Amino acid sequence: MTQIDQQGRGGAATPPPLRILRKAASAGLAMMRPAAALAVALFCGTVLLGLNGFDGISVMIGMVFGVFQDMRSVSEVLLKAVPLILIGAGLCVAFRCRMWNIGAEGQFYAGAVAATFAGVSVEGLTAWLYVPLITLAGALGGAFWGGIAGYLKVRFQASEIVTTIMLNYIALIATSYLVTGPMKDAQAAYPQSARLFREAWIPNLIPGTRLHVGILVALVLALALYVFLYRSSAGYAMRVVGINPFAAAYAGIRTRGNMVAAMCISGGMAGLAGAFEVAGVTRRLYQSISPGYGFEGIAVALLAGNNPLGAILSGGLFAVLRSGAELMQITSQVPQVLVLVIQGIVILSVVAFAAIRWQPWRKG
Amino acid sequence: MQDILTLGFLATLLATAWRLATPLIFASIGEVISERAGILNIGIEGTMLMGAFCGFAATFASGSLMLGLLAGIAAGVASGLLFALLTVTVKANQIVVGAAINLLGLGLTSFLFRTYYVSTGRGVEIAPPIDIPWLSDLPFFGEALFRQNLIVYSTVIVTILAALLLYRTSFGLTLRAVGDHPKAVDVAGRSVAAYRYAAVLMGSGLAGLGGAFLTLGHSNQFVEGMTSGRGFIALAVVVFARWSPVGAFFVSILFGLFYALQLQLQAQPLLNISYQVFQALPYLMTIIAVCLVGGKSAEPRRLGVPYGER
Repeated sequence: MTQIDQQGRGGAATPPPLRILRKAASAGLAMMRPAAALAVALFCGTVLLGLNGFDGISVMIGMVFGVFQDMRSVSEVLLKAVPLILIGAGLCVAFRCRMWNIGAEGQFYAGAVAATFAGVSVEGLTAWLYVPLITLAGALGGAFWGGIAGYLKVRFQASEIVTTIMLNYIALIATSYLVTGPMKDAQAAYPQSARLFREAWIPNLIPGTRLHVGILVALVLALALYVFLYRSSAGYAMRVVGINPFAAAYAGIRTRGNMVAAMCISGGMAGLAGAFEVAGVTRRLYQSISPGYGFEGIAVALLAGNNPLGAILSGGLFAVLRSGAELMQITSQVPQVLVLVIQGIVILSVVAFAAIRWQPWRKG
Repeated sequence: MQDILTLGFLATLLATAWRLATPLIFASIGEVISERAGILNIGIEGTMLMGAFCGFAATFASGSLMLGLLAGIAAGVASGLLFALLTVTVKANQIVVGAAINLLGLGLTSFLFRTYYVSTGRGVEIAPPIDIPWLSDLPFFGEALFRQNLIVYSTVIVTILAALLLYRTSFGLTLRAVGDHPKAVDVAGRSVAAYRYAAVLMGSGLAGLGGAFLTLGHSNQFVEGMTSGRGFIALAVVVFARWSPVGAFFVSILFGLFYALQLQLQAQPLLNISYQVFQALPYLMTIIAVCLVGGKSAEPRRLGVPYGER
């Protein structure tokens, strides 16, 4: 898991053009593994479809390329990519610090609740104030929810795997309580919150579609997290904590603070995704506002090799698969849950390919 | 208020609690075995779903309950084999592989269910309750303890067997050593990998059985994602129970009690407490318990670390 990045291998003596070429080559090589894993997964999906009486090849082609027909369906893909990129990029930071945050789903909900609360309670703000306020509320809500697990980890050595999973359930149950009780829209028959004030809505990016400016924020933040992890000393410290906490402590790095910070960053990203979902897409809080984005984000981060820039690609890819699967269900009656199988195989193939360096004849 | 605290209410509660705890007991004891050997398998949620689906499919096709249970176990073992291959032999990260198995389990079972069974709408015949002669007529515990189906009873046997295996056999001793100090086992001339394979396969087989109980002993249908987090809860049970099979049995019953209480309260509200409070309580308790246990004292020392990695 902890592959040390191959940047800076070019050395000072290499002339610049060659260095760029070498960098490109190494980036290409880094892309090979996920690409091959994807190929394996799509192949397995095709075989699975074929074995169960579907026309595997045409369904798969439709699934991957069907969404690129027109601007509208492409915009829907990008809309789905927003939470996946945000959550995936955030989880890269947590995983690099070796904090196994399984709780992005709960952090997404925490962010959605916080954003909704901000979005229905403050009246009379201009959009210029309201939109930043609501996104900040979401990010803080998620960061808080993730920070709990981080704090319990460093204070009590409580396994963050267990606590984040439990916090997922608590967030889901709390949301269900809120939309059936205190935050319920009095006029609505269904459990849902009141509609957010119009000034709190995330501005639209392309008129006529549902795509909002959150996609730009997601791209910028993924880039920012990449810069943080690989181009700043704070990010370097965080990665060292992930690779070897004892060495980090010996070098004077605050391991505990970094662990909590990593949880807060990934939680904040998931919370931001929750805020965008409420204020950019649904405009209301619902019981099941996330179709599993938090869990899918784990796969996004893993496929990206825990590199936030890679999360842009893998998040986009998973958005394509998700939209394609929806399309596939409509056009050829193939259950869209197939996409989960493909995601699972993608991850398994990535870890299997990572082991190609594994040499059974060398014991130890 | 009065009528909920009657003996009848408590007896029903206890009976429901044990039944609801049954899949948890199987899964958490399986996870105890696997974690004792140093393998953290977070994929048991997906494994349970495979067990639930394959158990359902086998009984649906053959009409035999036994065959269904065996199919559930076999599905669990198969998923465990995949997990062990990647985590023990290839030495991949256990959490990553576990997460993938969860996706795979949910995806595959839902896909196959929608393709083949969703339109039939027909269920299977579930395991009938078996009355233990004269004990089932006991006034209070009779219904709770002696009028359950065979799978529920077998949780006791599995618990005892697992405890004996871990603490009273040389196999169990070695298995625990593999989780604490694999190098010592290796130096003593035994294969760490073989023990880890055995532990994972047993653990996953039990998880598969726990899943099969859901379709063959609880509801008579397969429902997509029907484990609804029980595999994850089992992980918490293991920590709560401090990696002991007997502990896992009782902690699972405790969780079952909360499930049962919450179901009862949804039917008849009490004291204006919303049922969501009781829904959230087990999870909250788990967090507190995990903090109190502090992880380190009872946790296998090399949990989650592939052998041969420094």
